[in-house]
Amino acid sequence: MEMKDTRSGFGAGLTELGRRNPNVVALCADLTGSLKMNEFKNENPERFFQVGIAESNMMSIAAGMTIGGKIPFTGTFANFSTSRVYDQIRQSIAYSSKNVKICASHAGVTLGEDGATHQVLEDIGMMKMLPHMTVINPCDFNQTKAATIAIAQHAGPVYLRFGRPKVPNFTDPNQEFKIGEAINMTIGSDVTIIATGHLVWEALEAVKELEKKYISAELINIHTIKPLDKNAILESASKTRCVVTAEEHMLNGGLGDSVAQLLSRSLPTPLEMVGVNDTFGESGTPRGLMEKYGLTTYNIIESCEKVMKRK
Amino acid sequence: MPTTAELKDICTQIRRDIVRMVHANNSGHPGGSLGCTEFFVALYFKIMQHNSNFNMDGKDEDIFFLSNGHISPVWYATLARSGYFEVAELATFRKINSRLQGHPTNHDHLEGIRVASGSLGQGLSVAIGAALTKKLNNDDKLIYSLHGDGELQEGQIWEALMYASANNIDNLIATIDYNKQQIDGSLDDVLKLGDLKAKIEAFDWHVLEEKEGNNIEAVIRILEKAKSLSGNNKPIAILLHTEMGNGVDYMMGTHKWHGSAPNDEQLESALAQNAETLGDY
Repeated sequence: MEMKDTRSGFGAGLTELGRRNPNVVALCADLTGSLKMNEFKNENPERFFQVGIAESNMMSIAAGMTIGGKIPFTGTFANFSTSRVYDQIRQSIAYSSKNVKICASHAGVTLGEDGATHQVLEDIGMMKMLPHMTVINPCDFNQTKAATIAIAQHAGPVYLRFGRPKVPNFTDPNQEFKIGEAINMTIGSDVTIIATGHLVWEALEAVKELEKKYISAELINIHTIKPLDKNAILESASKTRCVVTAEEHMLNGGLGDSVAQLLSRSLPTPLEMVGVNDTFGESGTPRGLMEKYGLTTYNIIESCEKVMKRK
Repeated sequence: MPTTAELKDICTQIRRDIVRMVHANNSGHPGGSLGCTEFFVALYFKIMQHNSNFNMDGKDEDIFFLSNGHISPVWYATLARSGYFEVAELATFRKINSRLQGHPTNHDHLEGIRVASGSLGQGLSVAIGAALTKKLNNDDKLIYSLHGDGELQEGQIWEALMYASANNIDNLIATIDYNKQQIDGSLDDVLKLGDLKAKIEAFDWHVLEEKEGNNIEAVIRILEKAKSLSGNNKPIAILLHTEMGNGVDYMMGTHKWHGSAPNDEQLESALAQNAETLGDY
């Protein structure tokens, strides 16, 4: 399996957009290399804006740049793309319905050794609470590239979340990315797994292990957390009658929380949630942290077995 | 072009609109609104090339951003009086289902408003963004913005000041409403800004200063001067000394009317001091 980082998928998508769409502009707060924006910068120096270590200024400049028809893509770490600039996004981008694409790398614990100050685990929650905001968390290089290209066509603010480490690149390189449309990765009948971001691969591995135990799991890759593909979730839950969610994010406010709200209101179904439980991260290797914080294939398998007993 | 006498008449009408709007719902910010009346009238009736048939992108026209959104009454009254929307709509200010929200927003598609403001410190950055897009679009029109002096206590303003000069944003004229008052008291008592001109100059901006911010001719003069300095690789700031509450005697020289509304009697007094020239809404 080819290993590639999702942030490079963003970089590749942005490069392609730079070639295709003259209205796409990019802004970065001193993390051009980390965000893989160098190629766009080199090919389109007049459309690349280095703002320095001033994320608030970057977000509001991006809002202003939409006036006159530009499509700004901002690039910094997920923490500095959300909590640090929440009010700027809330007032100047979300409430003002500005066509800004907030592109956030190094999300979650897989940022690794830099530790909790940089490992944002609340970003999906913060962003999905904002009216007008679309929230997307693709799972691998190919999907992140496709999502980057797709959001330029979408009118309105988008939060695009991706990560730092090299992970398996397993989705179709020629996929068409449809915002808000879940992808069924496997068809099953005993349990539904709804996963996002890096946890989609972990879930895919879990499906294979469960198969060995004669458990048939249906895996939904829910790259778009808002708007949520309710039909896909309800259809699968009504078939399997138990659900596990999996995400590299806090349980409060994440994908699991959105799925729980949907199921409890529309189709009460036993639900287990794989995610980080009300704690900050810490320094460590990405893999070591995934294990410590319960975000692996093993945790997904365990949750599937547990939720099936609750049917 | 309106004559000076006509501009003065527009000012008194807008002052009437401001106090009536704030009185009608017993909330809003009359002090800063009254103090900036000449600035708004100069900008919309004399200085800017703009189109009251509103278009969000504002291509090939001058664009204005209000960063200190709480002085929305003067902006709404100016926009209505310059034809962006019906003056009758001023009666809906701060009422439920109105497009004239307490703080300005484009959320409800009010003509003339391009971004929400109210949470302070963001407007200079937004204005820089719009100025960058004008340059990318080879659009030679200008961006104007207005900021409170108290608002300069927000750190983002200084990020924006730094960025604008480092990147030669010379199609931007940022005016600071230098009335030296804020909600909790005088600027110097709350958090003094020291030598503001020197500070902004140290950020490599071209800084103009006008002591008579409530003299329409002086305001026009300083804005014309700023305009003539545009396109010279430097952003331009105007320190516009105004008087909070100007035009209504009991509101002048105090921070107390920053965010309070006049009662019936006080309204009558304010209206008696400002002639109805264009017809009340």
